[in-house]
Amino acid sequence: MKVIVPVKRVIDFNVKVRVKTDGSGVDLANVKMSMNPFDEIAVEEAIRLREKGKTTEIIAVSIGPQQASETIRTALAMGADRGILVRVEGEVEPLAVAKILKAVCDAEQPGLVILGKQAIDDDSNQTGQMLAALLGWPQATFAHKLEMGDGKADVEREIDGGLQTLEVKLPAIVTTDLRLNEPRYASLPNIMKAKKKPIDEKSPADYGVDIVPRLKVLKVTEPPKRVAGVKVKTAAELVDKLKEIGAI
Amino acid sequence: MASLVIAEHDNKSLKDATAKTITAAAQVSAPVHVLVAGSDCGAVAEAAAKLSGVEKVLVADAPLYAKMVAEPMEALILSLVPAYDAILAPATTNGKNFLPRVAAKLDVPQVSEILKVLSAETFERPIYAGNAIATVQAPAGKKVITVRTTAFKAAETSGSAAVEKVSAAPDPSVSKFVGEELSKSERPELTSAKIIISGGRGMQSGENFHLLEKIADKLHAAVGASRAAVDAGFVPNDYQVGQTGKVVAPELYIAVGISGAIQHLAGMKDSRVIAAINRDEEAPIFQIADYGLVADLFKAIPEMDAELTKLGY
Ligand SMILES: Cc1cc2nc3c(=O)[nH]c(=O)nc-3n(C[C@H](O)[C@H](O)[C@H](O)COP(=O)(O)OP(=O)(O)OC[C@H]3O[C@@H](n4cnc5c(N)ncnc54)[C@H](O)[C@@H]3O)c2cc1C
Ligand SMILES: Nc1ncnc2c1ncn2[C@@H]1O[C@H](COP(=O)(O)O)[C@@H](O)[C@H]1O
Repeated sequence: MKVIVPVKRVIDFNVKVRVKTDGSGVDLANVKMSMNPFDEIAVEEAIRLREKGKTTEIIAVSIGPQQASETIRTALAMGADRGILVRVEGEVEPLAVAKILKAVCDAEQPGLVILGKQAIDDDSNQTGQMLAALLGWPQATFAHKLEMGDGKADVEREIDGGLQTLEVKLPAIVTTDLRLNEPRYASLPNIMKAKKKPIDEKSPADYGVDIVPRLKVLKVTEPPKRVAGVKVKTAAELVDKLKEIGAI
Repeated sequence: MASLVIAEHDNKSLKDATAKTITAAAQVSAPVHVLVAGSDCGAVAEAAAKLSGVEKVLVADAPLYAKMVAEPMEALILSLVPAYDAILAPATTNGKNFLPRVAAKLDVPQVSEILKVLSAETFERPIYAGNAIATVQAPAGKKVITVRTTAFKAAETSGSAAVEKVSAAPDPSVSKFVGEELSKSERPELTSAKIIISGGRGMQSGENFHLLEKIADKLHAAVGASRAAVDAGFVPNDYQVGQTGKVVAPELYIAVGISGAIQHLAGMKDSRVIAAINRDEEAPIFQIADYGLVADLFKAIPEMDAELTKLGY
């Protein structure tokens, strides 16, 4: 069984973004970019499945600019077998990404696709669910624990009230939550080995997908700022202040 | 036409998130209809019928919908979609789970977690952990929207809408609910509490969260946590506040032993009043706190507790 892991190149989670003064977006020039953290968790989970003999091949797919091949290399260094870079310039929205991924799935016939639950740049939390719908497959989002069975998977999910377990028939879509695993770092020998692993380069046209964004971004602005208030000296003073302003 | 709001509930009670989503829906396309999909959920439908601005409540009452599993929800919503020009759900783990499937099937983009309705097709939504706000315009055609409920007031309860049964859609039979482990608490829910006290890595253990619980009980507050506290196993995952956890905006948020990472701030910076207790005076949480106390929490929290007792809480 093949596993596909879509990985997105995003601004590093430690970077505080700056909104461009002309309102056209955020400033990404000379900013550190990394693999979306949830996608690292997805790659790690796929590798653990292989270690348990549940999968034969792991394919990392990224839709993005030329530099997204570095993100794929990171996945290959962690342990993925090969990559597919679907080259696009500019923003691609979740629906278009899902359509491209559907075409990749049609061609590769994976038993499982593991995505991140959310890209930390657009914060959409849509792509996995959309892909599942387009393929007509079941989904288990926000995965906390994944157990592969015979033709099915049991997935424990992080939900608002706690945890929920679903059984999904394979092929299926899983999206990762933070507690699924702790991703490994790639070792130096594996980084070297990854340089020889193949990355196929494609274009959206190869899959017949129109990627023109349908949701138009009219402008991007800064949120209202909060300013630091006062320091209190003791816990008792804190309580008194909170009472004074009617907060308690 | 009209908008359809998918109700958030647990088959017994209607969640506050629904009333807030109705307010957003009324601004997108009135009248508003509410779909209650559940099992033995009559009481929920009745509660929804009382919300102002709701013209009709549709009830799909079948065991298939008891846990709002995504695939049957997709089929049900798609069977009702022709009568609506906007479909909305609160951005809960349920809404986030099933709604993008509906959008994909309708071949429209989903607008996630809207903060503001500027017109029937333009919305504000947060990106980059809320460090930027995008104004987006959805294309002509049906709108599929999840709503950040902290950004909208709840609809009032002076309505009396008609309740109508709708039939279940065929079961796609590709997934099955197996079980759940829900956190039980007598305290208010995080997303509807007026006061929240949250603990971070500085709490050092799950045991120590009792210190916060004592204060929570005095203030009728909910207890929350940072990701670090959840990852360390101090508290369950549903306590997590932040970019990738719950977004809250209570009257008062007290952060204890939390540094104030971007991802945590994303989930609580719209609280009316923020208080922070941290022994590191450089902790970023102090940059947004209205009241900051630089102290060891293991000393400060018992003192706070004692002061509250003294004041009769
Ligand atoms: C993809 C992604 C998603 C994330 N999503 C979230 C999210 O949704 N929510 C979230 O919270 N985080 C999230 N994070 C994690 C975030 O980046 C931080 O790592 C996390 O918020 C830190 O938690 P903390 O403040 O409890 O721990 P730390 O940053 O370790 O801070 C602990 C604080 O406690 C203080 N302290 C220690 N001991 C004491 C004491 N005795 N008395 C007083 N103060 C004390 C310290 O001074 C310090 O400031 C996410 C990260 C990633 C990569
Ligand atoms: N451009 C992309 N290339 C590869 N994977 C993507 C891309 N965009 C989104 N994804 C996947 O979809 C997940 C959810 O993204 P989103 O729906 O944008 O929040 C991510 O964690 C990735 O696994």
